[in-house]
Amino acid sequence: MTTRYTTDHEYVRTEGKIGTVGISNYAQEQLGDIVFVELPAVGASFKKGDEVAVVESVKAASEIYAPVSGTVTEINEALSDEPGLINSDPAAAGWIFKLELADEAELEGLMDEAAYADHTA
Amino acid sequence: MADGPSTELLKTALYDRHVAAGGRIVEFGGYALPVQYAGIVAEHNHTREAASLFDVSHMGQVVVTGPDHATTIAALEALTPADLASLAPGEMRYTVLLNDQGGIEDDLIITRPAEGQAPDGVMFMVVNAARKHHDLDFMRAKAPADIAFDLRDDLSLIALQGPRAAEVLAKHTDITETLGFMQAGPATVGGFAVNVSRSGYTGEDGFELSIANQDAPALFDLLIADPLVEPAGLGARDSLRLEAGLCLYGHDMTDTVDPVSAGLLFAIGKRRRTEGGFTGADAVLATIAEGAKARRVGIRFEGRQPVREGAELVDADGNVIGKITSGTFAPTAQASIAMGYVPAEIAREGEAVTAMVRGKPIAGTIVKMPFVPQRYFRKPA
Repeated sequence: MTTRYTTDHEYVRTEGKIGTVGISNYAQEQLGDIVFVELPAVGASFKKGDEVAVVESVKAASEIYAPVSGTVTEINEALSDEPGLINSDPAAAGWIFKLELADEAELEGLMDEAAYADHTA
Repeated sequence: MADGPSTELLKTALYDRHVAAGGRIVEFGGYALPVQYAGIVAEHNHTREAASLFDVSHMGQVVVTGPDHATTIAALEALTPADLASLAPGEMRYTVLLNDQGGIEDDLIITRPAEGQAPDGVMFMVVNAARKHHDLDFMRAKAPADIAFDLRDDLSLIALQGPRAAEVLAKHTDITETLGFMQAGPATVGGFAVNVSRSGYTGEDGFELSIANQDAPALFDLLIADPLVEPAGLGARDSLRLEAGLCLYGHDMTDTVDPVSAGLLFAIGKRRRTEGGFTGADAVLATIAEGAKARRVGIRFEGRQPVREGAELVDADGNVIGKITSGTFAPTAQASIAMGYVPAEIAREGEAVTAMVRGKPIAGTIVKMPFVPQRYFRKPA
């Protein structure tokens, strides 16, 4: 299981061909209180960099982009009632969607933990 | 440097306090101010439950000086539609500055100093930060030469807002016992000379404290030391004022929106509606007589999705009929609420409206404002 990050602060944690996507702790701190999440449809396919979801704080809406290409297999329904899970537990309970990767090689273009830590330092 | 825009952000006298308290600093009206400390929702809720401290020093505090009270009042009544002649000493009134077309140049609060607080002919005024230099130019150009407008950059303004604000302030002064909503007077708070007004823009009981810049940090320290008080930023201020149904200049009202459409008839004194005689009177009185074409309304949307400023309102055929001017998911109302303009014929409680957000229709209903009951402290007569 490895976690990779985009420069836009999404993470993708992969187990085999399935990637779990959310936003980093740094990103949730920057956004502040999250009050609404617009989730994608299960079965929808996205190319790396496509807008997949929208996370809204009291102040503003922020687009979530697909960190890698793939097809959505599952969405975090709990966020509909409790979007604040992204603030309280971004890496686990606050995940946003899962997708089946179209091309695992795309992960190579993303940052690992150390590189992301440098990126946000 | 005198009046005029600057590309560098201005800092209020409390800037160091904001940074020390963990405030996240953003640009607002040319100033570096905290948008939040702990979090907007926590600060919003604390203001509704106890008391919060806001730095509103960026707003323009203006002293208007004329040769005598009657002359100053006449000059200000020519500039604004408020009934200022009826203000007793220590009373304040919300009103608007209008252009010749009846558009709103700014909204402001005008205060008559308390008995003995200032020489005869002096009035106080608070205007919006981003508009203060514009307002001064506008008023100076229109007012007679014997009326002076002085922007008091040497003063800070601290707002203490919330249901327990009076309890907090009463530990340091006894003026809280004498002031009702929209009344003001001089007091000594923690040894400092302060002009206290019972006002604010959160819908809660509260006070605005005008104090010399050099004393502002110590007053901030004194009030923040109270266990009931937490600092709050611009984010909470915005969600609180929206729940209270209050307009924000540059958003819910602009220089092309008249006060009738904006639902601010209360800013126009009853006497002034018959007498006129203020800038923009012809246009505004005609709109009162004919009725506005569009009106500001409050809308409550289904679900949690925020419908923000700029979102279009559409009819059943998809035609654009209006626009949202402020909107968010409101912490106290626990609903997606907004203000916006709709055609007058549907501007009434219970009408269904649809907003478009990223191409998706969001169903809403026009509701009565405020969204959260105001809790101003009105003294028994």
